[in-house]
Amino acid sequence: MLPRRGPRGSKREGSPFTGLGPVFMKEFADHLSSARMMVLMLFVIVFGAFPVAASLQQLRTVTEQDSYLFLRIFTSAPESLPISFVFALNFIIPIMAIGLGFDAVNSEFNRRTLSRVLSQPIYRDALLLGKFLGGLATLAVALAALWLIVFGAGLLLLGLPPRGVEVARGACFLLAAIAYGGVWLAASLLFSVIFRSTATSALCALGLWLFFFLLWPMIASAITIGFAPSQIHSAEQYLAVEQLGLVLARFSPGTLFSEAVVGLLNPETRTFASMLPAQMRGVIPGAPLPLDQSLILIWPQITGLIAGMIVVFAAAYVIFQREEVRA
Amino acid sequence: MSDNVIEVRGLLKLYGATRAVDAIDLDIRRGEIFGLLGPNGAGKTTTILMLLGLTEASGGTVNVLGFDPVRQPLQVKRRVGYLPDAVGFYDHLTARENLRYTARLLAIPRRDAEKRISDAMESVQLADVLDKRVATFSRGMRQRLGIAEIVMKQAEVAILDEPTSGLDPHATFELLEMIRGLKKAGVAVLISSHLLDRVQSVCDRVALFNRGKIALMGSVVELANQVLGAGHPILVEASGVDIAVALRGVEGVQTVVPEGAPGSGNGAWRVVADRDVRAAVAQRIVSSGGSLTRLADLQPSLEEVYTRYFEEVRDAA
Repeated sequence: MLPRRGPRGSKREGSPFTGLGPVFMKEFADHLSSARMMVLMLFVIVFGAFPVAASLQQLRTVTEQDSYLFLRIFTSAPESLPISFVFALNFIIPIMAIGLGFDAVNSEFNRRTLSRVLSQPIYRDALLLGKFLGGLATLAVALAALWLIVFGAGLLLLGLPPRGVEVARGACFLLAAIAYGGVWLAASLLFSVIFRSTATSALCALGLWLFFFLLWPMIASAITIGFAPSQIHSAEQYLAVEQLGLVLARFSPGTLFSEAVVGLLNPETRTFASMLPAQMRGVIPGAPLPLDQSLILIWPQITGLIAGMIVVFAAAYVIFQREEVRA
Repeated sequence: MSDNVIEVRGLLKLYGATRAVDAIDLDIRRGEIFGLLGPNGAGKTTTILMLLGLTEASGGTVNVLGFDPVRQPLQVKRRVGYLPDAVGFYDHLTARENLRYTARLLAIPRRDAEKRISDAMESVQLADVLDKRVATFSRGMRQRLGIAEIVMKQAEVAILDEPTSGLDPHATFELLEMIRGLKKAGVAVLISSHLLDRVQSVCDRVALFNRGKIALMGSVVELANQVLGAGHPILVEASGVDIAVALRGVEGVQTVVPEGAPGSGNGAWRVVADRDVRAAVAQRIVSSGGSLTRLADLQPSLEEVYTRYFEEVRDAA
């Protein structure tokens, strides 16, 4: 009988993160050099450039005093093109994230590299996490580049440097955008674990995105109307109905992202629901909140996005652990 | 110190109610080439995956180089090289980049890695395509790249799953040479295959799988004795003499039966004896006035063992 080395026990040995670094570096390098990344960047530039250019055109004509003029580049929706840059991001980011993740695991399987890589001294944990972080880093680089381009264009065309607080709000917005991308990246990774066919997994991820983007707002309002009493008698009743609508809408990561962005980039935002007259007492309409107050306002949205990302990733992780590696 | 590198006891794998691997025992010795043979779906690949800890066993124990693949998979995978069935590499990367990725996963220091990569590629005769993208590689080259990966890893045990399937005869020959090279370097090699004649030439011992069980295990000659009956078969062809009568008295001869169509005059005869009786047979035929036209030692072929064994199993069922 062969002598046993190492202690006995039921726990597996070794860190689950062994090999995480090489997997991350490879994924990151692969993404950055891939043709797909070029296409995605092109897509982002085309869809991002028009709203930014249009809003810059309009902002150049603004004469009134606005202490947050720079942030308006992100949020203003000019008449000529009724979508703002932020709205464009709301659907660009999911598509980018899905594009980066939909074939993460199943392509390894189809290329028959999975069993060879897993026969190296790493756990599946490291492979999946490395792929996720590699995708997230790629997304972060792309969004940061986009963000810098917008800031640079603003500097050039408005001839006005952003104030420190505007840069800080902009940076927070960038982090929110990366978290939003993380949710969709985790979702597409999940589908890439579930489905062996890359086409099926891409379709499912895009289908889920379309569901949340187009259908869910309608479904949420239909449910809200269904639950609302036929006649609203008091402000409390109205608020309750409104609250239900908001809660339902916030199941969509897009809603969470929009609210976070509105809170960050429109410093005047105090609440996402209606305010009662009692709450309005002492409020100066249109006065901006300080950054820390805005952060407190959107904190639930940010944690919601991060929690969603972790939950979806955990689901992908559990399924991947149980998957058979053989072809 | 035991001489076994892999010890398997009562290994079991259930998929629902099916027993994919049914309580097998297996020992693989240091420095030998061991063949896992059997039809597709007999449980060979499942066994291999359990040896590597890539699939969890339903029961039994596995010990690879002193480690348990379930609890200490990293230790096992650091020391065992695996070439999967139809191995895949990243097509958009070069051979060097593919091996470099493996080297990083193995945490081989960078300077060491470059040397080991080029040496390994040299040993599988792929040094000239080191910086070509794997997309341009033929199937045989990919298999060799897989062997190079094992060489670079400096594995103590190499597990090769169907390494020769889909290769042309020349590529198969080259690959088998490389497998012999692994053995020379002191690596214990486990080959799974359903291509018998090719594998027979390199294996020291084989195990014959059937429906999740090991039906037979041992060297090819041992298996032949077990299945085809003990004895030393030779083929005799002569003219001018009745071979059956002439050979009846030769010491050691057990049976003399016509090979092929009976009564065709100078047909061939199959003679089974308990030892090598070729010299005695030749002498007897000549002394009986016949002229010997052919005298051949019939090596037991694994193909024959395999076919005969499964015929018997089918007849018994």
